[in-house]
Amino acid sequence: MSTTLEGTAALPQPAVAPRRRARRVPWKLILPAIPVLLALVVALAAPWIAPHSPSETELGARLRPPVWEAGGGPTRLLGSDRTGRDVLSRLLWGAQVSLPIAIAATVLGATVGSTLGLISGYYRGPVDGVVTKLIDVQLAFPFVLFAISVIAVAGPSFGVLVVVLAIGSWVGHARIMRGLALGLREREYIQAARALGAGGPRILLKHLLPNVLSVILVLATFDIGRAIILEATLSFLGLGVQPPTPSWGSDLRDAASYIQLAWWTATFPGLAIMIVVLGVNLLGDALRDWLDPRSIRGTPGAP
Amino acid sequence: MLRYTVQKLFHTAFVALGVVTLAFAALRMSGDPASTMLPGDASVEELQALRHALGLDRPIYVQYGQFLFDALRGDFGTSFRHGQPAMDLVLERLPATLELAFVALILAAVVALPMGILAAIHRGRLTDFLAMGFAVVGQSTPSFWLGIMLILLVSVWLNWLPTSGRGGPEHLILPAITLGAQFAALLARLTRTSMLEVLGQDFLTTARAKGLREGTVVLRHALKNAAVPVITLAGLQFGTLLGGAVVTETIFAWPGVGRLAVQSIFTRDYPVVQAGVFVLALTFVLINLLVDLLYGRLDPRIRHA
Repeated sequence: MSTTLEGTAALPQPAVAPRRRARRVPWKLILPAIPVLLALVVALAAPWIAPHSPSETELGARLRPPVWEAGGGPTRLLGSDRTGRDVLSRLLWGAQVSLPIAIAATVLGATVGSTLGLISGYYRGPVDGVVTKLIDVQLAFPFVLFAISVIAVAGPSFGVLVVVLAIGSWVGHARIMRGLALGLREREYIQAARALGAGGPRILLKHLLPNVLSVILVLATFDIGRAIILEATLSFLGLGVQPPTPSWGSDLRDAASYIQLAWWTATFPGLAIMIVVLGVNLLGDALRDWLDPRSIRGTPGAP
Repeated sequence: MLRYTVQKLFHTAFVALGVVTLAFAALRMSGDPASTMLPGDASVEELQALRHALGLDRPIYVQYGQFLFDALRGDFGTSFRHGQPAMDLVLERLPATLELAFVALILAAVVALPMGILAAIHRGRLTDFLAMGFAVVGQSTPSFWLGIMLILLVSVWLNWLPTSGRGGPEHLILPAITLGAQFAALLARLTRTSMLEVLGQDFLTTARAKGLREGTVVLRHALKNAAVPVITLAGLQFGTLLGGAVVTETIFAWPGVGRLAVQSIFTRDYPVVQAGVFVLALTFVLINLLVDLLYGRLDPRIRHA
């Protein structure tokens, strides 16, 4: 949100300067993108690259350790669980469950949150009053508790999970977008647009949105990481993805019950979550620095 | 200060009302609780009888009013499973949860504050890099998995600490680390940012020009001014801690409200779930009120705004 451009431009121009796109993509952006892209590819390709079916049990091959430990074999690279299912295959298939839920929830939450935030910040008045009160109430309700009380009654399903996680993420977007809209509505180019007769919806879509798009993108990136962890947490509590569907969280729930017998079943799904979320978080950090070089480095990512 | 306090009290009452309403909506929006409580082969008459007993055949606003009134008195009904008032069951376990959350909070603060301060002072150097690397990894690790790994490493392999239950201080260590880790990561990052903002300001140059030692400048002058956003976050995050206690308590079989709530979901003991969620949310709201009042004292600009 450059101030120099807007002050001089007679016509309302979005603040996105073309030279920004020409800047070289820094390694800080590419490096964390690798595990994230890898996870996406794995999620898509799981049916073809997984060495075994994720639900195929083999009683003769129960609790096999990973290949590098004594007793491990090349057919079970990361070992097998207590019913003889292949840990690696479940890991690959698990990406297919965790990532779409997290991404769908983030898109929904970001869309609803940004829309409400921009509208309430731009129009102010009674709409703003309602939205800010909603934000306050939601912030006062610890999210895991909210998720528990809804899922306890509604039951876990893909749709319910997406909606619940989206409800957890809209507030962050609404709060920040409202703040930005409050500041932007007083800018000259917005006032010029209003003076030229542009209506509210047009100003919101054509003039406000382009200026806050990069912030939405950065927030959404962090949200995907948060959503992955929350989905895994709910699945771990038995309130998310239900067995036998492979999911990193519910696999860990299962593994935790026989942790004395096998370290590998309790280790690899968590490692997968951590690496992907770390990638997403670093990507968000880098994206923020790249899109807005003036931002202070190291501001907390989570809103 | 009185006006500020009254304002905050009103705000808190409003938010508490919102929380109760949300709890009511969560219970009602997913259909008929009576049909989820009864076995699948229950007859229509049985269903009607239960609906009448629960007051579900009355208009929704009457139900809402009754719910509000009952919640105000702390009456969430009787546990289906234990036969005791749901609220009593929850309050019995509240001390365990508060103990865990409090120790986790202290632990996180003890680790994260020095980390954030050091990172800010040594900005761009190795200390900063290590501290922030640690923080970002901490933020990316699901706490329940950290708990599992700690059990595996410290309890199963090294056999140093018990895996579960509540007892002496040795029972508290692993759950507190598990619960506090994410918060510590966030706190370290925020402390650093907040300190960096303050460190560049004129009043610190003045303090140095007066000949104060660097330690005094940082700890007395900078930290005090950097504290407001940090305390705000600590208050807000205490709710997340209480929510996280649900997870941590489940992993370590810690006999708190969170574990009770999760167990009650699986036994379909809705009154207990409701009471548990309500008590945790209310605790959180009250703590935020405390934080608001506290930083109104710390920073006069806030209460006069």
